[in-house]
Amino acid sequence: MATSAAQAGMIGALAARFRSCPVTGLQIDLAAERLIKANAIAAVVFLAIGGVFGLLVALTRWPAVHLLSSDMFYLVLTAHGLDVLLLWIIFFEIAVLYFASAILLNSRLAAPRLGWVAFALMLIGGLLTNVAVLQGDSSVMFTSYVPMQASPNFYLGLILFAVGALIGCCIFLGTLVIAKDEQTYEGSIPLVTFGALTACIIAFFTLASGAVILIPTWLWSLGYISHIDTVMYKLVWWGMGHSSQQINVSAHVAIWYLIAAVTVGAKPLSEKVSRGAFLMYILFLQLASAHHMLVEPGLSSEWKVFNTSYAMYLAVLGSMIHGMTVPGAIEAAQRKNGYVNGAFEWLRKAPWNNPAFAGMFLSLVLFGFLGGISGVVLGTEQINIMMHNTLYVPGHFHATVVTGTTLAFMAVTYLVLPLIFQREVAFPKLARIQPYLFAIGAGGISLFMMGAGTLGVSRRHWDITFSDATLAFDYPAAAFLMLGLNGLFAILATVGGALYVIIAVWTILFGRRVTAENALAALGPMPPRLQVHTAVAEYGSAGTWHLPGTYILISVFFVSFVLYYFVNWKYLSELWPMG
Amino acid sequence: MAIQPPETRIWWNEPVARGELVWIVIAFLWGVIMFFMMIWWHLEGRQNLSTEVYRIAPDVFVSRTEAFTETYQVGEEGESGVPLVRPPPGSDVYLLGRLWEWWPVLELERGQTYRLHLSSADWQHGLSLQPVNINVQVHPGIEHVLTITPTTSGVFGIVCNEFCGAGHHQMTGRIRVVDAAAGG
Ligand SMILES: [Cu+2]
Repeated sequence: MATSAAQAGMIGALAARFRSCPVTGLQIDLAAERLIKANAIAAVVFLAIGGVFGLLVALTRWPAVHLLSSDMFYLVLTAHGLDVLLLWIIFFEIAVLYFASAILLNSRLAAPRLGWVAFALMLIGGLLTNVAVLQGDSSVMFTSYVPMQASPNFYLGLILFAVGALIGCCIFLGTLVIAKDEQTYEGSIPLVTFGALTACIIAFFTLASGAVILIPTWLWSLGYISHIDTVMYKLVWWGMGHSSQQINVSAHVAIWYLIAAVTVGAKPLSEKVSRGAFLMYILFLQLASAHHMLVEPGLSSEWKVFNTSYAMYLAVLGSMIHGMTVPGAIEAAQRKNGYVNGAFEWLRKAPWNNPAFAGMFLSLVLFGFLGGISGVVLGTEQINIMMHNTLYVPGHFHATVVTGTTLAFMAVTYLVLPLIFQREVAFPKLARIQPYLFAIGAGGISLFMMGAGTLGVSRRHWDITFSDATLAFDYPAAAFLMLGLNGLFAILATVGGALYVIIAVWTILFGRRVTAENALAALGPMPPRLQVHTAVAEYGSAGTWHLPGTYILISVFFVSFVLYYFVNWKYLSELWPMG
Repeated sequence: MAIQPPETRIWWNEPVARGELVWIVIAFLWGVIMFFMMIWWHLEGRQNLSTEVYRIAPDVFVSRTEAFTETYQVGEEGESGVPLVRPPPGSDVYLLGRLWEWWPVLELERGQTYRLHLSSADWQHGLSLQPVNINVQVHPGIEHVLTITPTTSGVFGIVCNEFCGAGHHQMTGRIRVVDAAAGG
């Protein structure tokens, strides 16, 4: 009797900490839920701020508008990189980590109090660096290459932020351990959690690199260290700067699988293959620091070739596998949902009016075609000579980080709002077009910056007319057109981004509450016959393998990739011979 | 589903379907081709970045560039006040990046191969030769020697494409490439 009373007491205590999710039936830890909310809200706030900075940058680059003064331009460009590349994305990723561990594993979150410490450190750090930049004496760009020096608080803020994020990663790992110990799930962790674990492992490497380089740089800015080697700084800094982009890739690929699972009931074609592809990221993505060092003096060609290709493109192989298994899983699920006609009925009749699905699929396509192909070409040792530090570089990474990661995060927000915030998405008609507006805008930004870069235009450059320079120089007229179009599409992306922020904030503040009755409907339109928790059985097995649509899509992708790759070698062969 | 534990506990023993395997093999082979493409270009291609590099104190590089300029100066570039230097064909030439100019203006002969010594006097800069579109990072304290053969004549602009502070967008330079007859 005594034990059962104690058990009842414990169950009561547990019940107070959990609620039951009406859609999935999962037990949701309220402490985890609060932390997810806080981190997601901070992320959206920094996206809004950083997005405005981005618009100002694009409007200044637009020669006909040329909005800001040069000092303001460099200041705003520094703040833009900081707020969107670092703060928006990492705050959101911490929310994803908590979601993929505590929520998906049906577990309590490890050390929620520590979670608030992490949140506070990240917030204070983020604000400190922002203030340092806005004060005007730290316009050193996001990369802050030495010997250019920012004020000490610039580095200190980044260090605090990184420590906070590191604590968040530890809480994620702790939660995995707790869930395993308390047997809150059976068998292996879900694929999405596995993807999040990949992101977390890479995050450890990333944040450690950040500490190794930022702490000495901070001490240098305070005068305690006299000299920092410029090549070494870059090498280690990009161990953080580029690897953190691999956190993004892992996180947004995990989100692709998640959205495909929820909206159309997609299952991984093969758990082994998809997990193996994530493993490739863990093993090889860290080498990509080399992408930023290809035209640097003082590094051997062997080092460059090995590292830039992630040891024979094994991490690229991982992405190419996901690039097939994600649409393949969607096609297989849709065929089971009854869309079996032709090669593409499954795609035509996909829930395109569900913003989560639309955003996910656009993210997949744009990341692959624009971001993936351009990244491999840009990261080819010799081809990099034609592209290093031109606008091609931001063109490429806007395709990966904006049309890839940011769009995927936006898409998953349309599921997080009803599932975690328990609110129906406000303005559903606007929400429906939001992913399209943002995708077209951000896709245009990427494309036209890459175009300008191909014409040689420098990145991080206030005045492409060189009106104040002693020796005049003119870029080709087409470059001006490219930057004008870049400005127009930046406005479109801003409209899409602003809609996202407004919808998210309005939903959180004033959205109708989700109840057991409308919970499923709140996730947006989905194919008929499908319910989230009773999805079609049987994944993988060879019997389901008839995916002509996916084969066609990846064939188109592969042919584009090969053609574009060799076209660039052709251009390279026309350069002045050098060696 | 991807948000639930795998349905089959021993998921790592499940067979992989043919279509998936075929794609993995194609993608892997493509990676191998791209990898060997870079190596092949080192052997057969004509556009590879030199790895000839020396440590050098920035002020030493500045004085070497000044000495080189004094020796071979033939005039001024227009009204700019920047020296115009015509080194002997096929010789060692110096180009200095500093806040905020590329110095001096070089006049090279088409088809001749030069050893171009590059470095910075202060911060990092980005040598961006246009419109040929050759881009090389320049560090203070490191002398990078490129072996380069201009194969087109004309006036080429040099832009700085590594952010280097308030005057970054004013940082330009110039290389003139002349045909042998005119250059003699
Ligand atoms: Cu410069």
